[in-house]
Amino acid sequence: MQLYDMPDARGHFGQFGGTFVAETLVEALEELRVMYEKYRHDPEFLAEYAYDLKHFVGRPSPIYHAKRLSDKVGGAQIYLKREDLNHTGAHKINNTIGQALLAKRMGKPRVIAETGAGQHGVATATVAARLGLECVVYMGSEDVKRQAPNVFRMKLLGATVVPVESGSKTLKDALNEAMRDWVTNVHNTFYIIGTVAGPHPYPMMVRDFQAVIGIEAKEQMMEMVGRQPDAIVACVGGGSNAMGIFYPYIDVPNVRLIGVEAAGLGMETGQHAAPLTANSPVGVLHGNRTYLMQDADGNIIETHSISAGLDYPGVGPEHAWLKDIKRAEYVAITDDEAMAAFHNLCRTEGIIPALESSHALAYAEKMARTMRKDEIILVNLSGRGDKDINTVAKLANITL
Amino acid sequence: MSRIQSVFATLKQQGKTALIPYITAGDPHPKHTVNLLHTLVKHGADMIELGVPFSDPMADGPIIQRASERALAHKVGLTAVLAMVKEFRQTNQTTPIILMGYANPIEAIGAIAFADRAKAADVDGVITVDYPPEECGEFVKELRARDIDPVFLLSPTTEPKRIDLIVNQASGFVYYVSLKGVTGAANLDIVEVANRVASIRQQTSLPIGVGFGIRDAATAKATAAIADAVVVGSRMVQVIEASTDENLLSNVAKLMDELKTAVDAA
Repeated sequence: MQLYDMPDARGHFGQFGGTFVAETLVEALEELRVMYEKYRHDPEFLAEYAYDLKHFVGRPSPIYHAKRLSDKVGGAQIYLKREDLNHTGAHKINNTIGQALLAKRMGKPRVIAETGAGQHGVATATVAARLGLECVVYMGSEDVKRQAPNVFRMKLLGATVVPVESGSKTLKDALNEAMRDWVTNVHNTFYIIGTVAGPHPYPMMVRDFQAVIGIEAKEQMMEMVGRQPDAIVACVGGGSNAMGIFYPYIDVPNVRLIGVEAAGLGMETGQHAAPLTANSPVGVLHGNRTYLMQDADGNIIETHSISAGLDYPGVGPEHAWLKDIKRAEYVAITDDEAMAAFHNLCRTEGIIPALESSHALAYAEKMARTMRKDEIILVNLSGRGDKDINTVAKLANITL
Repeated sequence: MSRIQSVFATLKQQGKTALIPYITAGDPHPKHTVNLLHTLVKHGADMIELGVPFSDPMADGPIIQRASERALAHKVGLTAVLAMVKEFRQTNQTTPIILMGYANPIEAIGAIAFADRAKAADVDGVITVDYPPEECGEFVKELRARDIDPVFLLSPTTEPKRIDLIVNQASGFVYYVSLKGVTGAANLDIVEVANRVASIRQQTSLPIGVGFGIRDAATAKATAAIADAVVVGSRMVQVIEASTDENLLSNVAKLMDELKTAVDAA
């Protein structure tokens, strides 16, 4: 069997990925590509990364058998990979530590980031504070309003938060603005992208830093139950937590990999953020070729999800590839289904999940009902839901 | 010889530098675009860069972003832009039109269909900001098969080896982006630009246009002395943004007259 070996030297996953950027960024990406190649297998770099993951983040994150949830659902056993227990509350920090260590080695005193829900912004501000780097976070002005606690957290950590007023004033526009900053300040600035999108080498690099999730899970499942799960379920916006847990399993046979997109108000309404499930056409945005929600003129259309972290019109190019080669399956869960799963986990297990992760939970519940009791589903619980309590309260017409 | 090549050949004989204004199609309103194109020509444009509005113009500063947003508010996409070029061509068959935009509108219809439709509209050149040469071999082939010039950008950070790669794919001219950063940013370092242009000339016989940071008669004149073409974008769009329906054409004409005088005096 030929082992999975993607992307190619120029960052292509089949027809997806690549480096679709303005000439002004080509040299900076080349520098990053060369430096990442140099350090990705460097024992000293990897040791420093591992040290921080253990002592600063608190890894390995445990796997937890959600027994009461499994019993309530009736069917397969649901296990949770507890990324919600990481420092800063989500998987995002696995990647920001890696990239910030690289920034430090490249001699860049300033880091920038884009953020939607604010988790990646907080994770970036956190490592910047820890390493003494200047930090600027771009955030759509709509998201600044929706995610006030995270904005304050970033400021407490010493970061400057810049509200972005252009376009739809959400995540994609924050990414555009961060790119503009990077083009202008490339000599002293490292751009820490938060997901497996962007131009090469970002999709590969972010995947590699997040792969610690799947690497740990493989060992932990053997220890806990003596075998690998029948299916792994993870939510997909850009797709970094999913890629992190999928990647070490790509060559493991008989483990289904299932990515869960945001169906928003329902696929039939068009108000969603699920380009893979909707069979959106291929396009180019933010430096890579992928499946993309767009109109007939090739303009990007506005997305909808209750979860800001999934509210993105594209998807990481490796997910597009995994869909095409049929190694992973992609499905979508509506706002309402995700909310039901959110409450379910709170009440049955005493865990408040992020709204993003609630999409994965909702699909795992659906699936579990169709499976035998001795089958296993591993859900990547990518983040905790503390950041979402305002959104949830508002839906219930409760003022906090 | 393409229309772009013949304009450069003629100007060279006359010892002149080309003036290339940029406007975004559909800005401030689609009803003005064809009139604006004719006004630009009447007031000294040797060629025109016509921006194709895009929802996510990552390489542009706030001025051209807003132009894109104004045009998109009137649903001006690639199809509408090509129709405008066609209309312009009914009374002008001589001034080259170079489309400037992003990859995705082209991806949406496909390279072959785009090249066919651009040819049918009598477009002369295409600049695709986020199609570096490594990623658009097929696209370039389709354009060149139809005598449409693929125009590429060179930046202050482009290494000599890469300049070779780019000029080998380009035709018509190459466009030196004279600033690090987005469109409409900061000031122009003319000595630095002169050095870069001189070194690019050693690697190609293609004409060299210079843009980004040219905002008045003085910078236009200084640039014209070293380049084969002077591109004025954000300044032009700024004047359009500040105009009313009534004074739009006269304001644009006034700026063009200033720039033309400066470029010709270089």
